[in-house]
Amino acid sequence: MKLAFQLAYKNLIGAGLRTWLNVAVLSFCFVIIIFFNGMMDGWNEQAKRDTIAWEYGNGHVLNDKYDPFDPFSLQDGHGQIPADAAHLTPILIQQGTIYPDGRMVSVALKGIDASQTSLELPTQALRESDAEIPAIIGTRMAASNKLEKGAEVLLRWRDKNGTFDAANITIVDIFENNVGSTDNGQVWISIEDLWKMTGMTGEATLMVAGKEYVHKELEGWHFESQKALLSDIDKIISTKKASSGVLYMLLLAIALLAIFDTQVLSIFRRQKEIGTYVSLGMTRRQVVGLFTVEGAMYSIFAMVVGCIYGIPLFIYLAKTGIAMPQASQDMGVALAEKIFPVYGIQLVIGTIILVVIAATIVSFMPARKIAKMDPVAALKGKLQ
Amino acid sequence: MKFTAITTLILGFFLLTIPAFAQTPNAETIIQKIDDNMSSKNRIVTSEMVIRGNRKDRVVSSRGYSEGNEKSFTEYLSPEREKGTKMLKLEDRLWIYSPSTDRIIQLSGHMLRQSVMGSDLSYEDMMEDRKLTDMYDAKVIGEETFSDRKCWKMEMIAKVEDVSYYKRLVLVDQERFVPLKEELFAKSGQMLKQTTLSDVVQIDGRWFPRKMNYKDMLKAGEGTDFIIKEIQFDADIPDYIFSKGSLKK
Repeated sequence: MKLAFQLAYKNLIGAGLRTWLNVAVLSFCFVIIIFFNGMMDGWNEQAKRDTIAWEYGNGHVLNDKYDPFDPFSLQDGHGQIPADAAHLTPILIQQGTIYPDGRMVSVALKGIDASQTSLELPTQALRESDAEIPAIIGTRMAASNKLEKGAEVLLRWRDKNGTFDAANITIVDIFENNVGSTDNGQVWISIEDLWKMTGMTGEATLMVAGKEYVHKELEGWHFESQKALLSDIDKIISTKKASSGVLYMLLLAIALLAIFDTQVLSIFRRQKEIGTYVSLGMTRRQVVGLFTVEGAMYSIFAMVVGCIYGIPLFIYLAKTGIAMPQASQDMGVALAEKIFPVYGIQLVIGTIILVVIAATIVSFMPARKIAKMDPVAALKGKLQ
Repeated sequence: MKFTAITTLILGFFLLTIPAFAQTPNAETIIQKIDDNMSSKNRIVTSEMVIRGNRKDRVVSSRGYSEGNEKSFTEYLSPEREKGTKMLKLEDRLWIYSPSTDRIIQLSGHMLRQSVMGSDLSYEDMMEDRKLTDMYDAKVIGEETFSDRKCWKMEMIAKVEDVSYYKRLVLVDQERFVPLKEELFAKSGQMLKQTTLSDVVQIDGRWFPRKMNYKDMLKAGEGTDFIIKEIQFDADIPDYIFSKGSLKK
């Protein structure tokens, strides 16, 4: 086997440009696979981390009549906060309308305990403000409605009986985060203010579990664990991975096709060499092994070359991040302005195994022909 | 349907028992006169709704049939996009038929709070058919001149909790007994909507406003106009008009 590796190495180096072209394409494939998967893993980690910090906490306790995917359920999906709701931050959600510059904008009016610490929302600003109805909004909401810190905007809402009411709210803070679902179309005010405004004192739509929360059955409420809430992000990322996988699989297919072609050509042009190996005492299997190792060695070379330019590139991207377009950041999943790729050992080893095995298989396929060759005819260089 | 719904809504106000001032006519008399002047067993109205947008105005024409406050049927005639859309209101239920989907849907819950064809009017505004006497305490609070007409000024404060608007102010023409303006207020005192009736003409011996402007006061813009092109009182409307079957016809 050692001989096979030595011969394969010498043959590949001897082939010159042909070898390096194959290696270049395959190494590019290596880098792209690791880059894409690293970016997706980085996004996944960042999205989960931010969503936990800003929205999910340690899980949600939801009112049974409330469905987060059905805004129509907001009307009835709320109830009295249970007396034994320890380590839970209540949030009451009502529909409202704001009128920035005379435009009508529907918003989700969210009342949250101003002294909460379960989420990173800067709710202390609500506590510290002297405004009649202090409110905090996210940067996306502020930008789309041209609202600045200190701005007053008219809010219209309905109380528990459906009667309209309207008053000015003051934007006391504008927070920046990556979780669009806590920002787009949302106005956060103190839950005490919202209780007063709507007459729904002591009621909540959902409650965010703190770190110390231990779930026990609460009548009229159900618990969604952090893991269950995050499963949607996992699903989105895996779908994204699959779709981007098509791209690098195509690239890999091109690289493997190049190796396959090279192998077919080698076997065709090196028939005398094959005949010589056999006549010198190598078995046909050993010759097949030699050619297979030669093909597989492209992937080893590609790995080395990929490392030469890939590692500095990956280190650079992991430090500076990959900028994401603004439009993508407004989608439902948490997406930062920059994604910092994560290159796990599992990803790198997985990619190496994938490329080496694939290269070995495509090298072996044309090499099988050698086993059927007549060594005398091969020595004479006759076409078989 | 929108015109008749709003008109009947305002008219409903005048069915209130208004505590009469010593110097003002008896409230019952005012109400009766308005009722005689404007109410009818049924009516068929061909109207135009002018919806003012930021860039351009849209004109939606329709023909509406109504019987009292509880039954109404509207068919949209133009523009092409809305042509054939039909709405049926029977008491507190509202159905819409859209020819593009060939489906009838019943609006309920939050969907009723949506704007009608992008106008300043919500489906819910059209759905209100409770007697205002059941919802508000009303009184005449003075006189005012509006559009060169002397009017009685009336104030209504909600006496029940489940009303959309906490307070209403209405101006009624003292001579013709036609409501000319209505303002709707939030609990906080913020004016939310305003309805202005104008172009009052005599039709079949009745004084009737041919133009109504409905405006969301919190929104920029000039509101939505309803203009009556043709109106028939006490017409012969077949019963099938107010049935779900007529939506798909």
